[in-house]
Amino acid sequence: MKVMVPIKRVIDYNVNIRVKTDGSGVETANVKMSMNPFDEIAVEQAIRLKEAGQAEDIIAVSIGVAKCQETLRTALAMGADRAILVQTETPTEPLAVAKLLKALVAQEQPQLVILGKQAIDDDCNQTGQMLAALLGWAQGTFISALNLDGQTLEVTREVDGGLETLRLPAPAVLTVDLRLNQPRYASLPNIMKAKRKPLTTLTPDDLGVDISPRLTTLKVAEPPQRQAGIKVSSVAELVDKLRNEAKVIS
Amino acid sequence: MSILVIAEHDNSQLLGSTFNTLGAARQIGGEITLLVAGHNCGAVAEAAAQIAGVDKVLLADQPAFKHPVAENLASLLVSLATHYSHVLAPATTFGKNLLPRVAALLDVQQISDISAVISADTFERPIYAGNALATVQSSDPIKLITVRTTKFDAVASSGGHAAIESIDGGSNAGLSQFIGIDKVESARPELGAARMVVAGGRGMQSAENFKLLEILADKLNAALGASRAAVDAGFIPNDCQVGQTGKVVAPDVYFAIGISGAIQHIAGMKDSKLIVAINKDEEAPIFQFADYGLVADALQALPELIAALDQ
Ligand SMILES: Cc1cc2nc3c(=O)[nH]c(=O)nc-3n(C[C@H](O)[C@H](O)[C@H](O)COP(=O)(O)OP(=O)(O)OC[C@H]3O[C@@H](n4cnc5c(N)ncnc54)[C@H](O)[C@@H]3O)c2cc1C
Ligand SMILES: Nc1ncnc2c1ncn2[C@@H]1O[C@H](COP(=O)(O)O)[C@@H](O)[C@H]1O
Repeated sequence: MKVMVPIKRVIDYNVNIRVKTDGSGVETANVKMSMNPFDEIAVEQAIRLKEAGQAEDIIAVSIGVAKCQETLRTALAMGADRAILVQTETPTEPLAVAKLLKALVAQEQPQLVILGKQAIDDDCNQTGQMLAALLGWAQGTFISALNLDGQTLEVTREVDGGLETLRLPAPAVLTVDLRLNQPRYASLPNIMKAKRKPLTTLTPDDLGVDISPRLTTLKVAEPPQRQAGIKVSSVAELVDKLRNEAKVIS
Repeated sequence: MSILVIAEHDNSQLLGSTFNTLGAARQIGGEITLLVAGHNCGAVAEAAAQIAGVDKVLLADQPAFKHPVAENLASLLVSLATHYSHVLAPATTFGKNLLPRVAALLDVQQISDISAVISADTFERPIYAGNALATVQSSDPIKLITVRTTKFDAVASSGGHAAIESIDGGSNAGLSQFIGIDKVESARPELGAARMVVAGGRGMQSAENFKLLEILADKLNAALGASRAAVDAGFIPNDCQVGQTGKVVAPDVYFAIGISGAIQHIAGMKDSKLIVAINKDEEAPIFQFADYGLVADALQALPELIAALDQ
């Protein structure tokens, strides 16, 4: 089956982000950017399906600025077969991304779309569920295990109460959680090879999708900082503080 | 304003998240309807009708809703939503899975994980693992919102006398089929609602050593929590993970033991009233957030701490 993997370019998870002084957003100039960590896991999962003979064509897709090509090249170097960039300078919201992906699904006809469960910049956790809705497909979200048997998928979902198992018919949309797999690093030869893999660029207009935002960000602020407290020198002092200062234990 | 709140429950009881979500609804203001969708869940609706501030309870009881499968619940919510100005669900795995599916069908851009209500169309929400707070205004005709439960006080479970109306709608979509759930049964308080949390990280080194945390938790009537590294290592089940991508907690006291304090972990616990850290590395970032920090080997400190609590 064909698999589509949407990947987002985000500020690297190791970067300590800075809020712009004018409150308009977060500083992105000269900041290290990477593939959203969940999306690396999604790419890895698609490659494993291919290695297991269950997928033939892996299409990585990104929506955003021209620089997203770098992120797509990373996916190609990991093992995706080709890539599509939907280029736009407008920051996109999950609903708009889901609509663009729906249009690409109509074009490419994948049977499986594997997304990250959450982009670590906007922390929305919406796009996969929205795409599944727009396509009328089954959704398996926050998965930590996947078993594909012909046209049937069995997924394990990380939910608040434990681990839930669902059976889904293909075509389906999956969103992946951290424990699904450990993504590989691209080897140097594969990075070289990735440069020659096909990468096409489209615009939202080409796909006939209106991506105008529905939310206006009025301001972005730093959260209140926690004051570091004190160091205690022994367990006895800790217990004394908990009992007599904080009065949280009797 | 008329607000529809989607109750989270297990067909016999309302979960704590429902009461905090109602707290957010009350801040928006207006008439509040609570939807109980499930199977054989009449008792839940009865309890819902008692909640202070709930004006009406809708009961959608049918086999397709026995488990909260998003595909089955979505069509019911789409048909209901247009009668309301706001639809709210808790930002738990239940709400996060369901509400975006409804939002897309309504052509609405959902607002995830709100931490404050500014006005009926403007909300604050954390982004970048809580390292920034965005204030966003929605132009959609209906606001679909998930609520960060730790940021809103729970409403009282009694004092109300709402009418219960049974409704039809929604059906088995024939897509996802529930097979089972591997539940971690525990006599300890629920992680999201516990007054105290004892959390361990990779520094605990083994599942065996985690037993020390269990003993401490039981002494304090605390819930058990963990870092991602501890869950990945198999010391403790996934539903105990606290953080950006796990559960968000805000207990009165949070013990972080053998946890370094990565931003993704801090994101899930920094609103705790009091943070206690035990770590053998005095440079560990967790000490920048801890009210009381103890530089010590946890494997030595924990037995001492447990013994001291008995005195
Ligand atoms: C996209 C993404 C999402 C993530 N989401 C989450 C999340 O939701 N929650 C989360 O927790 N993490 C999350 N992480 C992982 C996070 O970045 C850290 O890797 C993780 O929190 C580290 O866990 P830890 O503190 O237990 O382990 P470590 O960072 O390895 O720290 C172990 C600590 O134990 C101390 N120690 C060792 N031995 C002892 C001893 N005997 N006594 C006392 N102290 C000792 C060490 O000094 C060290 O500080 C996420 C990461 C990514 C990329
Ligand atoms: N601009 C984008 N380009 C490609 N994929 C995206 C984009 N935004 C979101 N996604 C996908 O949707 C997932 C969830 O994102 P979100 O709903 O924003 O938290 C991500 O992990 C990606 O797989």
